[in-house]
Amino acid sequence: MIKAAKVGKRFGERIVLQVIDLQVKRGELVALLGPNGAGKSTLLRVLASLARPSAGEIQVAGYNLLGQVAAARAAIGYLGHQPILYGDLSAEQNLWFYARIYRIPRPGARIRELLSTFDLELRRREPVRTFSRGMQQRLSLARALLHRPKALLLDEPHSGLDREAVAVLDDLLKKQTRKGTAILLATHDLARAQRLAHRVEVLADGRLVASFNRRQLASRQFAATYDRALRAAQRGGSVG
Amino acid sequence: MTAPCAPRSGEGQLAEFGAYLSAIASLVRKDLAVEWRSRQLLASMLVFALLMILIFNFALELDARARAEVSSGVLWATFAFAGTLGLNRSMSIEKDGGALDGLLLAPFDRSAIYFGKTLANMLFVLVVALATLPVYGVLYNIDLWHGGLLLVIVLGAWGYSAVGTLLAAMAMQARSRDLLLPVLLFPLLLPVLVAAVRASSFFLQGLEMEYIWPSLNLLIAYAVIMPALGFMFFDFIVED
Repeated sequence: MIKAAKVGKRFGERIVLQVIDLQVKRGELVALLGPNGAGKSTLLRVLASLARPSAGEIQVAGYNLLGQVAAARAAIGYLGHQPILYGDLSAEQNLWFYARIYRIPRPGARIRELLSTFDLELRRREPVRTFSRGMQQRLSLARALLHRPKALLLDEPHSGLDREAVAVLDDLLKKQTRKGTAILLATHDLARAQRLAHRVEVLADGRLVASFNRRQLASRQFAATYDRALRAAQRGGSVG
Repeated sequence: MTAPCAPRSGEGQLAEFGAYLSAIASLVRKDLAVEWRSRQLLASMLVFALLMILIFNFALELDARARAEVSSGVLWATFAFAGTLGLNRSMSIEKDGGALDGLLLAPFDRSAIYFGKTLANMLFVLVVALATLPVYGVLYNIDLWHGGLLLVIVLGAWGYSAVGTLLAAMAMQARSRDLLLPVLLFPLLLPVLVAAVRASSFFLQGLEMEYIWPSLNLLIAYAVIMPALGFMFFDFIVED
């Protein structure tokens, strides 16, 4: 569903991603772990078509990001570090706007459903700039899910959420994978990755340096193994 | 999964064009809704324009003949400076909260964003023009209700917005964007401003069309060439 082959990204002389080969299948949740500055957010932006790769090829839902970019974008739901919302518009107006540009037929019911899922119904008519960080994050998640994307690219989606909202989101991610959505989730939270992911990919210095399957994730020594993988990567090796 | 790649029929292309126009309409509608809720942009543009017209009126004590010759310069200088406020604000609402990413992720050609923003900016300039023209007419004792002048204002506002939106998108990436925009904008605006001032002045003086055509032609050429450049380059300007 999400397929990156030999993807690289450089900003001028600085190489941010190098030779990334990654695949997220239908109904699979892959967690992307790595230290700060490893290139997780850049990789998600490149996969979402927000940044042009300097090398390699990307396919989302069978559509090539170079040749069939509009069809690929229609299949992508993206959540980044910023809310991607208009502060002066209300929650409802924001979702209506995105529903229109994604040409969602009869979006009213879908908007009501998402506002209810993320517990924003009561404040749906208030300007988004009056929302707390957590409420903006919930609305941003609603925006990312609005058009029922086949591939979800989520950059630390749990940040700013309270415990209740975290539980709702975790539950929703599980439901989405059961429905067949491919999810790539960048996070720093090892425990959450263990709990939610089918597979973990470790990114360090712009390279995928380790991969852990479900059995390895279930191991009690996962955290120690992850640390060893990062140290090995810093020394120039690759494990997994 | 393989992507469908059958050649598009005429009907398919028509539907695609319809979706493109609908995206532009949604963007214009969104900018109007943001302005309706915040009421920041038009208020500041209007106050600025009225103040400029007043200041010029008292600074230049003109006789009746000089008024007809000079006052269209005052009019266009007012529109140009007031419009700059609008251009800055129009892009800053996309930058704040990362809303531009939401537009870049949408499944349509990115030139639709450019045309949507250009149309919205043109509407704001026209609203300012409509509100300031009566005051201008009274202060400068000029009969403004001339079809030719209205045509010049529409063409000039379109050309101005076409180049302004493109440059505002470029300046948006810079930290000193408020300063950068006018520095980039005014040299490129010279042809459209000179043509608009001359055409307005000739219409107000009641000259024959043979004198006016060269300026009108320049305005029309600008109104075609600048959007064509925006259509070709907007995608590269806004991408990482």
